[in-house]
Amino acid sequence: MTELLRGSGLTLLRGDRCLFRGLDFALHAREALQVKGPNGSGKTSLLRAVAGLLDLEEGQVTWRGQPTLGHRQAYCDELVWFAHRLGFKADLTLVDNLRFEAGLRRTRMDRFDEVLERLGLGRLTRLPLRSLSAGQQRRVSLARMLLADARLWLMDEPFTNLDAAGQALVLELIDAHLAEGGACMLASHQPIVLQGTLKSLVLQ
Amino acid sequence: MSAANRPTLVAGLVAILRRDLLLAFKRPGDVLNPLFFFAIVSTLFPLAIGPAPEQLVAIGPGVVWVAALLAMLISMNGMFLGDFEDGSLDQLILSPQPLPLLALGKTITHWLVSGLPLVLVSPLIAVTYQMPFDTIGVMMATLSLGTISLSLLGSVGAALTVGLNRGSALLSLLVLPLAMPILIFGARTVALAASNDVVSAGIYFLAAYCVLGLSLAPFATAAALRISNE
Amino acid sequence: MWTFFHKLASPPHFYDISARFIPWFAVLGLLLIGYGTVAGLFFAPADYQQGDAFRIIYVHVPAAYLSMMAYSIMAVSAAIGLIWRMKLAHAVAAGAAPLGAWFTFLALATGSIWGRPMWGTWWEWGDPRLTSELIMLFLYFGYMALRAAIDDTTKADKASAVLALVGAVNIPIIHFSVEWWSSLHQGPTLVREGGPAIEPAMLYPLLAMIFGFTFFFGALLLARVRTEVLSREHRARWVRNMMMGESA
Repeated sequence: MTELLRGSGLTLLRGDRCLFRGLDFALHAREALQVKGPNGSGKTSLLRAVAGLLDLEEGQVTWRGQPTLGHRQAYCDELVWFAHRLGFKADLTLVDNLRFEAGLRRTRMDRFDEVLERLGLGRLTRLPLRSLSAGQQRRVSLARMLLADARLWLMDEPFTNLDAAGQALVLELIDAHLAEGGACMLASHQPIVLQGTLKSLVLQ
Repeated sequence: MSAANRPTLVAGLVAILRRDLLLAFKRPGDVLNPLFFFAIVSTLFPLAIGPAPEQLVAIGPGVVWVAALLAMLISMNGMFLGDFEDGSLDQLILSPQPLPLLALGKTITHWLVSGLPLVLVSPLIAVTYQMPFDTIGVMMATLSLGTISLSLLGSVGAALTVGLNRGSALLSLLVLPLAMPILIFGARTVALAASNDVVSAGIYFLAAYCVLGLSLAPFATAAALRISNE
Repeated sequence: MWTFFHKLASPPHFYDISARFIPWFAVLGLLLIGYGTVAGLFFAPADYQQGDAFRIIYVHVPAAYLSMMAYSIMAVSAAIGLIWRMKLAHAVAAGAAPLGAWFTFLALATGSIWGRPMWGTWWEWGDPRLTSELIMLFLYFGYMALRAAIDDTTKADKASAVLALVGAVNIPIIHFSVEWWSSLHQGPTLVREGGPAIEPAMLYPLLAMIFGFTFFFGALLLARVRTEVLSREHRARWVRNMMMGESA
């Protein structure tokens, strides 16, 4: 198994507070890593730091053995980010939003219809995103992940705003992603079950 | 897994231009409000100073330029605000496209939406200040170059202040002192044109400033966006 | 050499070393300023054109020079802080800004007081140096306002560093544009550079004042950076140990 992502000696301060110190983890292909912990324990911050959105106080994150700080493009090329704030424009339609993504990163536009069908979004393509429900908007966010040709999924609280069927769908999608050789790091406080390998990292 | 190609830089630039122009199209207020502001500010001066024609001719170039500067300023605050609030900024930062390129794309849209309309409307205001026809041409040239520079400068300021309370007042405080050379050369060159003096020096300066801004500002904006989005 | 810098960059070492420099800087500064003041006000001959009014240059010139100097220090340490992620450099930038603003204000005030007998007005827009100095003051205000608006210190450090660098690129442009602007109209005649050679009795006090102000500035800057370091590191062990040691 190839090692994809590694964090070593990660330390993060927010203001005066130390969220975590000397944290280590490794993530291989076909593995998921769940970051657990109570609210305010720094799950989101850890994920943002791993993505490169936050500066770490100490330690480094490596992607395929290279520090992500110096090789940002190679890292971002294989990464897709999923968070509570979706990063879509509420005034634009689903198609316009997803077409924009195709300008940002490698995107499987050939799978477009298939992905939308699978997520149950096929009939909503011409509506502005603001007229979709919160759960439907989350599904559009999932569509971004499926269309992106990315090895690493970073997901912050992927189950909020989703019904039971939606949550099961997310788990199913993660499993399929792992089966294809991908990796997933997700922050969530709720227990999850995957077919593939699931490791966990607990923050106090 | 790599069935799709990485989009080219041009594709990235086109994508962000297209998206932001579409957004502007859906919210025409963003385009129109600075224009109204521009017109109203220009109306204030004759009302405050008096209608004497020789006075209006003297202050005309300065008034148009100050009004344009202020109109640009009020539109700057929103440059990255939407992207910051809905999480798009995270996606832009984490995309493999270079962030300075995307910042440049957003700056270009800002100019197309906020700067260019000012340039196009400015002759109407110039006419009310009895500006001669030849001078109006020079004014539009300086305004075009100047508003591009202002969009570039504004992108750095907006990126530094996005997400802060009191952001818009702070933005003026950051951008206005830096914008003074643009105002000086813009307004003085129009005034020189009105008195049939040489205008090439001012135009060259504004063009040089524009080129300098185009080559440096996107990088400063990208750095500032990363910091503000932490 | 490098180990020296590395040591200096660590807050406790800086705190120790700077304590030794401050008294020297302060004493040297005060001696030079003392000599400059006495010699400048009483022994230097009156200017044949401006009379005694010229004596304000003994405050005005050093203040104007330090207003630029402080910005350069700010911009250079901002760059060091951004590139090498050195926290001490950010503390230096934070400490230099208010000092720079004060010296800029001093230069403006003395320039304005000098202008009263010379031009017959407190403020003369035609003078390019006063106008640039005024814009400089606004740049300092912007820098300090941005710093104050961001709660998180590391974020404030980085954002204000970007602003300081953008400002540093723009300062020469601002000076140039203001020069051009004032050259367009015939304002009141000003003292030009490259005029008659300055007499040694006038020059030496001026040099003493410039160096004296610089040392004084150095002492103030070090003192400010020390408090800055202390408040930033107030949770660090060395600060706690020191405080315990002093109270015991």
